[in-house]
Amino acid sequence: MATYNVGDLRKGLKIQIDGEPYLIVEFTFVKPGKGQALYKCKLKNLIKNTVIDRTWKTGDQVEAADVEEVEAQFLYRQGDHFVFMNTETYEQYDLTLDQVDEAWKYLKEGMICKMLLFNGAPIGVTPPYHVVLRVEYCEPAARGNTATNVTKPARVETGAELMVPAFVEINDLIKVDTRTGEYIERVKEE
Amino acid sequence: MAPLSSVSHRGDWRPTASLEILERRAQLLGAVRAFFWQRGFLEVETPLLSADTIVDRHIDPLAVPIPPPSVKRSTPKAALENEAATVNHDSPAWVAGWDRDQFVRQMWLQTSPEFGMKRLLAAGASAIFQITKAFRWAERGPLHNPEFTMVEWYRVGDGLEAGMGLLAELAQVVLTTAPAEFVRYKEVFELYTGVDPLRASGSQLATVADLHGVPTPDIPYEDTDSWRELLFAELVQPHLGWQRPTIVYDFPATQGGLAKIRSDDPPVAERYELFIRGIELANGYHELSDAGELRRRFEENNRWRVRDGKLSLPQESWLAQALEEAGFPDCCGCALGFDRLVMLAVGATSIDEVIPFPFERA
Repeated sequence: MATYNVGDLRKGLKIQIDGEPYLIVEFTFVKPGKGQALYKCKLKNLIKNTVIDRTWKTGDQVEAADVEEVEAQFLYRQGDHFVFMNTETYEQYDLTLDQVDEAWKYLKEGMICKMLLFNGAPIGVTPPYHVVLRVEYCEPAARGNTATNVTKPARVETGAELMVPAFVEINDLIKVDTRTGEYIERVKEE
Repeated sequence: MAPLSSVSHRGDWRPTASLEILERRAQLLGAVRAFFWQRGFLEVETPLLSADTIVDRHIDPLAVPIPPPSVKRSTPKAALENEAATVNHDSPAWVAGWDRDQFVRQMWLQTSPEFGMKRLLAAGASAIFQITKAFRWAERGPLHNPEFTMVEWYRVGDGLEAGMGLLAELAQVVLTTAPAEFVRYKEVFELYTGVDPLRASGSQLATVADLHGVPTPDIPYEDTDSWRELLFAELVQPHLGWQRPTIVYDFPATQGGLAKIRSDDPPVAERYELFIRGIELANGYHELSDAGELRRRFEENNRWRVRDGKLSLPQESWLAQALEEAGFPDCCGCALGFDRLVMLAVGATSIDEVIPFPFERA
């Protein structure tokens, strides 16, 4: 198993603690008084998305995590399972709704996503930042209201419900920011 | 000729500090120098490269291999031809053009000018100061660069109170702060953690760390000092020096460095530290003068170093010899991180803002 000496840790490295992969999101070297050097880290659990604090001292070893990001195409959804295919190796990945998390709202068949693999197994998926979705149902447009600050819920083709401006109508194509879930604009085509 | 390691010159060559800040830095250098000159201190210079090094548990000096004067340096061409045979990139003793077998001894870049200055005191100097570079390996962060600038001074006749008084005055004059406050280590530690640092065990301190949600590295309970240092750094230090500079004194005897131990109950080290806005700025001692005690502390520090998986450092020194042969006057000595002083003066959050070329660009 590959290890890092704590002195070699830095922001952005991926490490492993108790069998789970973490991303170093913050890294600070501190050396109090005549005391021991400490390496203080904020770590994001790449499976649970929780953030924890960890402090190491000089000489400590930390396990490296075998984490890689690959391109994967979303093939289809079957109940609570989402099937993807690695665009390079054609390997298929079966993810649960839990693993896909919020991303399910934006997944359309054929979409190219970023898949995070830990020891070769998928642990999370990130859709493109912007996706275009068709509105399947919403309340009728309020006539003459072009303001974007008045919103209403709309169900899109993936089954997700998103907030859209009052003027949006059924069958409109809308562009959405997948990082925030926010409506960006109406578009003519995908 | 291949450089020793793969240091690349493909980064950013420009200084990390602005010229405005460097100008302020130069003014502060002048102010510190004037402060000591006005008080009758003699400005001295001692070797950066020395056969002696301070044996501290947590300070790692940089070793410099010294070739004998008689050996000819190989020509670049010969070196190129011999490169495969002579270059050992794993060996820290390798220097371009030199065969590593030719080194006769090892010297050290100073981690502070302490030894050289103390030899001057043993030789009769009475009040001396120095502004110099010091080197501490593997210390790099917002408050650390492996090469940094230190102001260090000694005055014969000063006890703890006079030593702390001079440090307070320096902060007040150079940084134009309010007068400093003085607090005992034990009192300030108790105030913020609720536990007596001089009597609590390692496991009690560990419990306090847990209670306060301090993330802790893997420290054995018998290493009480590391627990104390962790709690002090996490729970105490951030509160110090906001209204006015704070000088903490009377440290645990085991954190004495080279300070005299006073036989209170429990005994304390006559060591003091200055904090401003949560930053540790200076460390001073009512200086240890006993050669035997110096040796004993170095042995103890080397035991910890070996336990921590570090190299043990030479215990014999010119200083030990000076102390044995000439004795040592009663005095206080103090070292101040000049880069941090500049940081505080200009409101910088990283040392990189106040030095032109930090380690990665050096």
